[in-house]
Amino acid sequence: METYTFLRHLADSWFLLAMTLGFLALCVWAFRPGSRAMHQDVANSIFRNDDRPADAHPANKEA
Amino acid sequence: MGILDKHKAIETHATLLMVLSLLVVTIGGIVQIVPLFYLENTIEKVEGVRPYTPLELAGKQIYLREGCYGCYGHYSLAAESMYDRPFQWGSKRTGPDLARVGGRYSDEWHQDHFENAKSVVPESVMPPYGFLADNVIDGKYIQDLVSTHALVGVPYTEDMVNNALADFKAQVDPLGDFDGLEARYGEDAFGTPINVRNFDGQPELTEMDALIAYIQVLGTMVDFSTYTPVANR
Amino acid sequence: MWDYLKLIGLGLVAVCAAIAANYAHDLAYQVNAITVMLAAGLAFLWVLRTAGDPKVTNQAEYFDGVIRAGAIATAFWGVVGFLVGVVIATQLAFPQLNFEWAQGYLNFGRLRPLHTSAVIFAFGGNALIMSSFYIVQRTSAARLFGGSLGWFVFWGWQLVIVLAATGYVLGATQAKEYAEPVWYVDILITVVWVAFLVAFMGTLFKRKEPHIYVANWFLLSMILTVAMLHLVNNAAIPVSIFGSAQVQLYAGVQDAMVQWWYGHNAVGFFLTAGFLGMMYYFVPKQAERPVFSYKLSIIHFWALIFLYIWAGPHHLHYTALPDWASTLGMVFSVILWMPSWGGMINGLMTLSGAWDKLRTDPIIRMMVVSIGFYGMSTFEGPMMSIKAVNSLSHYTDWTIGHVHSGALGWNGMITFGVLYYLVPRLWNREGLYSLKLVSWHFWLATIGIVLYASAMWVTGIMEGLMWREVDANGFLVNAFADTVAAKFPMYVVRALGGGLFLAGAIIMCWNLWMTVRAQPARETKHAFVPAE
Repeated sequence: METYTFLRHLADSWFLLAMTLGFLALCVWAFRPGSRAMHQDVANSIFRNDDRPADAHPANKEA
Repeated sequence: MGILDKHKAIETHATLLMVLSLLVVTIGGIVQIVPLFYLENTIEKVEGVRPYTPLELAGKQIYLREGCYGCYGHYSLAAESMYDRPFQWGSKRTGPDLARVGGRYSDEWHQDHFENAKSVVPESVMPPYGFLADNVIDGKYIQDLVSTHALVGVPYTEDMVNNALADFKAQVDPLGDFDGLEARYGEDAFGTPINVRNFDGQPELTEMDALIAYIQVLGTMVDFSTYTPVANR
Repeated sequence: MWDYLKLIGLGLVAVCAAIAANYAHDLAYQVNAITVMLAAGLAFLWVLRTAGDPKVTNQAEYFDGVIRAGAIATAFWGVVGFLVGVVIATQLAFPQLNFEWAQGYLNFGRLRPLHTSAVIFAFGGNALIMSSFYIVQRTSAARLFGGSLGWFVFWGWQLVIVLAATGYVLGATQAKEYAEPVWYVDILITVVWVAFLVAFMGTLFKRKEPHIYVANWFLLSMILTVAMLHLVNNAAIPVSIFGSAQVQLYAGVQDAMVQWWYGHNAVGFFLTAGFLGMMYYFVPKQAERPVFSYKLSIIHFWALIFLYIWAGPHHLHYTALPDWASTLGMVFSVILWMPSWGGMINGLMTLSGAWDKLRTDPIIRMMVVSIGFYGMSTFEGPMMSIKAVNSLSHYTDWTIGHVHSGALGWNGMITFGVLYYLVPRLWNREGLYSLKLVSWHFWLATIGIVLYASAMWVTGIMEGLMWREVDANGFLVNAFADTVAAKFPMYVVRALGGGLFLAGAIIMCWNLWMTVRAQPARETKHAFVPAE
């Protein structure tokens, strides 16, 4: 019971704060200015390699 | 960067994603589940609550097998379901709550209700369970069942386990010798006498006997004239 | 060498299953053991006959055979699951359909887990396995990892389904909702699921794209979390190794909490995270434009998986579960509304600039309606988790309606859309057999869901109100049986709605079948042309 009460207070105070800050950090990180090009590239990656693996493309073999 | 280094970095990414998402989904479960094994009002013992007799336990297995939990539930105190594996609170009430059904109707009413529910409740949509009265059971594996419950922590004594088959048969035979059953589960041991009678009204011991024995004990273990549950948790 | 090991293994399984069938304590166990014996025997013969053949896995091709099989299995189990659903819905309206001659085998109580497992784990499970294999290969630009491991996952999963389904009808059940399979089926599920994880992760490891596309995040978290839930919730000791009975490790309150932590997250991860993975790949593909906001999808992912796992206790309001736990469940359920709608907006807005496709493309219409139903049920769910609302809705048909607007609307419709997308591509066909039939399917399914959900709202709220109605002296006005009688007309409407949904699925099967049989082959792009 004692351990529980302790954990409960912990969860209600700084741990809650830490989780909120963590979430905000995640949002900032996701929306950081430099990420636009990278995200655009990933979002468009589904339109590549539809028919066969990358290795099968002659163009890729030279790379 | 060499090819090997590149490959390693990629691998680390997939693993990192795996580890991180596993961490994130673990927190909630730990916080919600673990305390329940230690908190007083979830592990409290209430006077009168006893493990099921072998016949009642067999009846509960039939209740589970037929999927009764899909339409019924028992809205109980924590202590009243402490020997229910799995718990039986239910999530739907197509039929009424069964938490206090024990002793409310006669055995004959239950026999009729299982045979054809509409004969006693005209509005009922319950399927027929008359076949239970034709399924004779011999309790061949009842000791295994009781001893497995003992293994996971239900307080069945060695005496209870060893006499499981005898107790199973004794509970439907009011003219026979049920002193052992009464001594192990009854008034002296837990404060409430055991229902000993021919539940299905037939000479053979059937699944109907077991199921009615289980239904008739539901909600009858705690004496609410002396026990007041704590409201605020 | 590997073939010999396989033969020895399969032979051992067949012999052990034969012994188990011989010593069986109950009928369900015996039938299950014989099924395993036959399955192992057939696999043995297959391995034996192909033992000498040269094994070529063409790394220059995607492993699509298993995905084709998955598409067939998804459509098949879908129809089976919907059919059993219509049967049990009709049984609730007309209980005479619980036939006396079936000796209890086909009673509502035994068919209900058959229905829920068939739609969630057979239809939904095959849809997820099929989509995962398709998505992870395309987005990794690499062939599925593990040689024929994909086939093991596919056939293993079908065996799980058959064992569980025959077990339920014959009386083998663990009696935990949505986790009814007994201990030995649970072990098989674990083995198959680990193989699934290995195939998926292995493909991610050998990917050629630098980044892991977000759909894979959702799918991976689905695989991992479901594994965790399955292992914890099914912890039990078998009564005998020759019987189907087991005893749970947890009892009472603890078991209730574990069960709904499992139950709610089976919805949260199996039916939500996994299907969101499908959404994040197939909706942009069908719309031919990238997802609306990739950044939003990252936030959607982490917020969703973190919040979902806490929501379970809202299934246990006003029970012996401590108040703090159920309050926690309620609070997280309400917060969960936000990432859910973030995901919905992300899916819908992917169509921005291409809304005209809604008029011309019935497949995209299906996907959009499915996202709409996702949004509706993820609003309804948090609302129902609020204690005051829950005191009215809990234990009533409202819950059933809520589940079905999610399952039929979201999971069903997106899966239909994916099948329409995949079948022409997997069988290399020039488009679908008939877009008109897709439209028919769309309208039958949509009207079916609307009938279903509205019937359940009416009956749920009605019975909730009837249960709590008291007269001036504080006595309850209605007997329980009165509420049962009052629900009859809505039960008929519900069964009708389910029937329409089933009819739509049958039309889909016909359309897909004709696509494979009668459509001209697509002009192949597989010839050695330089990459575009």
